[in-house]
Amino acid sequence: MALPELKQSTTEARLASLSMPAGGCLEAARRAAISRVQATGLPDRRDEYWKYTRPDTLTVAEAPKAAVFDSGEEPMFDAFDRIKIVFVDGVFDAAASDDLALEGVSIERLADLAGKDIHWSKDIYGVLEARGQSPVERPLAALNTGYATDGVVIHVTGRPSKPINLVYRHQSDSSDAMLHHVVKVDSGAEATILENGPAASRFSHVMEIDIADTGTLHLVRAQGRDHELRNATHLFARLGRESVFKSFTLTVNGVLTRNEAVIEFLGDDAVAHVAGACVGDGDFHHDDTVFVTHDAVNCESRQVFKKVLRNGATGVFQGKILVKEGAQKTDGYQISQSLLLDDDSQFLAKPELEIYADDVACSHGSTSGAIDEDGLFYLRSRGVPEAEATDLMTLAFLAEAVEEIDSDDIAASINDRLYGWLARRR
Amino acid sequence: MLEIKNLHVKLEEEDKQILKGVNLTVEAGKVHAIMGPNGSGKSTLSYVLAGKDGYEVTEGSATLAGEELLELEPEERAALGVFLAFQYPVEIPGVGNMTFLRTAVNAQRKARGEEELSASDFLKVVREKAKTLKIDADMLKRPVNVGFSGGEKKRNEILQMAMLEPKMCILDETDSGLDVDAMKLVADGVNALRDEGRGFLVITHYQRLLDHIKPDVVHIMADGRIIKTGGPELALEVENNGYADILAEVA
Repeated sequence: MALPELKQSTTEARLASLSMPAGGCLEAARRAAISRVQATGLPDRRDEYWKYTRPDTLTVAEAPKAAVFDSGEEPMFDAFDRIKIVFVDGVFDAAASDDLALEGVSIERLADLAGKDIHWSKDIYGVLEARGQSPVERPLAALNTGYATDGVVIHVTGRPSKPINLVYRHQSDSSDAMLHHVVKVDSGAEATILENGPAASRFSHVMEIDIADTGTLHLVRAQGRDHELRNATHLFARLGRESVFKSFTLTVNGVLTRNEAVIEFLGDDAVAHVAGACVGDGDFHHDDTVFVTHDAVNCESRQVFKKVLRNGATGVFQGKILVKEGAQKTDGYQISQSLLLDDDSQFLAKPELEIYADDVACSHGSTSGAIDEDGLFYLRSRGVPEAEATDLMTLAFLAEAVEEIDSDDIAASINDRLYGWLARRR
Repeated sequence: MLEIKNLHVKLEEEDKQILKGVNLTVEAGKVHAIMGPNGSGKSTLSYVLAGKDGYEVTEGSATLAGEELLELEPEERAALGVFLAFQYPVEIPGVGNMTFLRTAVNAQRKARGEEELSASDFLKVVREKAKTLKIDADMLKRPVNVGFSGGEKKRNEILQMAMLEPKMCILDETDSGLDVDAMKLVADGVNALRDEGRGFLVITHYQRLLDHIKPDVVHIMADGRIIKTGGPELALEVENNGYADILAEVA
């Protein structure tokens, strides 16, 4: 079927602006992904899945400019012992990065796979993304598979002693970056991946995560403070038996952010938590779109998303739990809440449950509200001034999402950033 | 210390008068108890003194050491020395108990123009006070009141009181939801704070708390007024005969 004219021309213009990197063992996957984009076209406002978020600045051929912002802050996670891998406007910076050798994990650059005919990542690259195109199309992710210029390919074989930290730096106000990461976690292996920083003026991000039986992956992301950033990120995770995936994303500022997560349970007794906290002021549009598919017995999924919005900021949540026939004993939980600090801000939520098994426990809730007055009075009655008490109650509101991070130290560093953001606005 | 004169209070949202002329003076160093049936206005009195929203003072005054309280924000009253131990302490997820205590102590010191306590000085004091209230390190680390038992919450209130060293302590049904042992622990904490420079107003339904925190003066409140004032024996009378006799006697 032919695409609508506008969609067709937007898609063609965008495809024409890109060139496929040398593929090596990934070439077939890249070509197939480009065909998917050609078939579906890039998203536009008329697509149901983009009802609350305008995709036009994400699909236009030339990225809108975004000023580089100097926060004056020490980059997030700098205090942690980690392996640092740096990308500047989407380009790998070898000099700023650590040696990639670490026991229990092998780390390679995606760009280096171009010269290889055989590599394990071939079974994952573009494969999980393609699975995630149904029942809902995600053309921006397919576009990324086709044209991503670099990324990291991580194979976790043991228990690396420190986290792997992907550090993104934004230096050019017109950068348009596309990175694609592949993560494979072996049976019994466990690792933590940290991502932080503003990656580019416009950033397209895909991470495909394949966790084998009894493997564990922790992912904590902080998306950078630059105000004019546009981010479209995608997580695709496939979970084996008794595996664990925990992800948390912090978003502070950014004019447009769309964070998609697609989780699929294929083995029994697995656990996946996806959480996010965002704080936005003014020209800020933040969209969490999550799709969890239970296709195994006794798996637990949690979606916990909290948004603090002020001065006309907009928050969006589209979250779905699909429980397939036979996925008995599923425990699915979904909560999305916004704290609206004024009447100009808005929160749009579309929680969905679709259940084809009869012995499951699924719950979802979505609320918009103001600061808890009882808590505010309690703090003030102890002498805490109103502005500071309001900030503490705001942190309290965000806590359920931040608590999804297993590491207390990392959670504390996230809370520090959130408190700093609030305190700057007193 | 605390002087309440002809205090009239109504609900802000509806035309309902709760306090209808309360007169009460709590001297420094004394413990006053207020007893009374449900709905008599005891808790409202404590909230109005602490500065909670939702009430409108239509007449009268309340001063602490000569300073008018009713015009002030809750945090200003706290800095002057008002402390309300809540009947239902509020849970605040994501804010560590220790962080909360230090924020509160230092905010009050700052408001009074005093130097803030250093982290190490603060830690030393809080550990010592927590120990006597049987509050362990874990409870100090956990988010404020989250997952605390009823007894733990009340002990946490008393810990805050001990750290903030207020001039005027108001305890709103601190005994509710406590078993005998927990009540004894809380009462011991309160008694340890009894001091010549400090006044107490203990609001309770039952005599049993007053077995442990011995009052100097007992007031009976009904329908928004204090209808009878006496010594500790008045509490015993209520315990034995209920409020009916006293209410009948006044009527």
